[in-house]
Amino acid sequence: MNVIDIRNLTKKYKEVTAVDDLTLQIEEGEIFGLLGPNGAGKTTTLLMLTTLRKPTSGTATINNFDIVRQPDEVRKSIGIVFQDPSSDEILTGYENLKLHRWLYGMPGDLAERRIKELLELVDLTKRKNDLVKKYSGGMRRRLEIARGLMHHPKVLFLDEPTLGLDPQARGHIWGYIKKLAQEEKITIVITTHYMDEADNLCGRLAIIDEGKIIVSGSPQELKKKFGGDIVRLKAKNLNVSALKKLKYVIKVERRDEEVSLTVKDTNEHLQEILMLVGKVESVEVHSPTLDDVFIHYTGRTIREGAPEGGWAQKAMAFKTKR
Amino acid sequence: MRNLKGIYALWYREFKVFIREKSRLGFSVINPLVWLLVVGGGLGSVVSFGGVNYRTFIYPGILIQSVVFSSIFFGVYIVLDKKIDFMKEVLVAPISRTAMFVGKVVGGSTDALIEIVTLLVIGYILESTGILAGVSINFVSGIVSVAFLLATTVAMVSLGLIIGSQMESTEGFQLVASFLLFPLFFLSGALFPITNLPSWLSPIVFLNPITYSVDGLRGILIGISKFNIGLDFAVIGIFAIVTILIGTYAFKRMEV
Repeated sequence: MNVIDIRNLTKKYKEVTAVDDLTLQIEEGEIFGLLGPNGAGKTTTLLMLTTLRKPTSGTATINNFDIVRQPDEVRKSIGIVFQDPSSDEILTGYENLKLHRWLYGMPGDLAERRIKELLELVDLTKRKNDLVKKYSGGMRRRLEIARGLMHHPKVLFLDEPTLGLDPQARGHIWGYIKKLAQEEKITIVITTHYMDEADNLCGRLAIIDEGKIIVSGSPQELKKKFGGDIVRLKAKNLNVSALKKLKYVIKVERRDEEVSLTVKDTNEHLQEILMLVGKVESVEVHSPTLDDVFIHYTGRTIREGAPEGGWAQKAMAFKTKR
Repeated sequence: MRNLKGIYALWYREFKVFIREKSRLGFSVINPLVWLLVVGGGLGSVVSFGGVNYRTFIYPGILIQSVVFSSIFFGVYIVLDKKIDFMKEVLVAPISRTAMFVGKVVGGSTDALIEIVTLLVIGYILESTGILAGVSINFVSGIVSVAFLLATTVAMVSLGLIIGSQMESTEGFQLVASFLLFPLFFLSGALFPITNLPSWLSPIVFLNPITYSVDGLRGILIGISKFNIGLDFAVIGIFAIVTILIGTYAFKRMEV
């Protein structure tokens, strides 16, 4: 069953089309990723799905409720962890959860049990009475994940869940996300511009660029579409046309002194390729990553275009709002 | 029912934050005392109106000033909420925008109420030491004063929230709020009597809703007023209702 059904969803600001005719179905129980560079339209899509912004045209249903016509029902069906901190740091972790309980009108005894259970899940039981400003970035994110789950949502949205966290904290958050997907049995939608995050967590994902879905499928499927491994060669005077003639070379891309080849059965043919090109400065062989998939479809890497850290996106949102 | 719980949630948050940031109450009490003693004392050595000393004359005006300033500036917290994603957390909850606005107003008014009661108690003490001779604070005038000041507070918190809901930065908020605050205060008769104003000034003063707050409160506390106290209360009450309606509308339109 499709718990999320997006049909021709479009959001236009004055000159920019942030989300362009997006159609997508997400099944119950999936961990689904929206992967793309900053400014690709992921957050705008999320804001529309969570009823915070109205689409210009098109619509979507979540848990069979329409995001435009039944926003209240949609709101009860979803939980969200926003990109920027969204807990009050002058309140304790426990007080933040209590606030959420009232905002969602949860009855007392049920809510208390749920708070206890979730604090256990994200390992914050011992710190629940500390002010949030004393939490680390990772702890604060965990608290917000717990909060998003309080009212038993059908779908949990995570907007860049590990942005700004150090590698160790990122690993922890991934662990918690996997654990809750198992224990809570809910559908999780993650937006991210980290390839490894999408690869690691998502059962299925859609790569988004300039408001459009470029390709979707499981990380394995997407990588398989390549049909081979990536071989990067660095050398002077490379004979590109000779390389192109080889049958097992699927694709040749040239960038300055570097050539990137997509090669079938690399182990058998690498020797031959090296003989052909002669003296090389460096050779690198790796199986395709989602980054390669992204470059393949868009012609650029995911980190190009906008500086990391989210402020560029915010600056854009600020501009488009006027 | 759900909306009532939502209002409670927002009130709870404001109240907790208010009691944790003790400096807020401290400054909101010290500032009016400085005005009272410095301006009241300084000018009071040469001026007096209506048969009471100048300090006493401006005491109601200073009370109003104090709640007007802190109430409007309460709106800055909505700008700060927008800066982080706390605002979205509230906006995405299944409560109405009206409930959200009301919750904020109730929260801000609670802060002001604590400030009001503190200032009235201080006024009572200063009266008994003779510094504010002529101010009459008793059970009845106290209650009526609180009602007057609360109506003013509700109007001003709403005004602050209206500004805050439209602004993206705290700097912008401060600019707009100060731009409104100074005419509201200086043209309210808080510091001078409004009975013999020059003809160009009086229409401006009489259009200022704060004039009626000051006039009413002065009537209650020291028995000097130009208008009927009922009229004063009606004007400020209507002003509060209008700002609440506009505020609710502004919140409904607010996007993140």
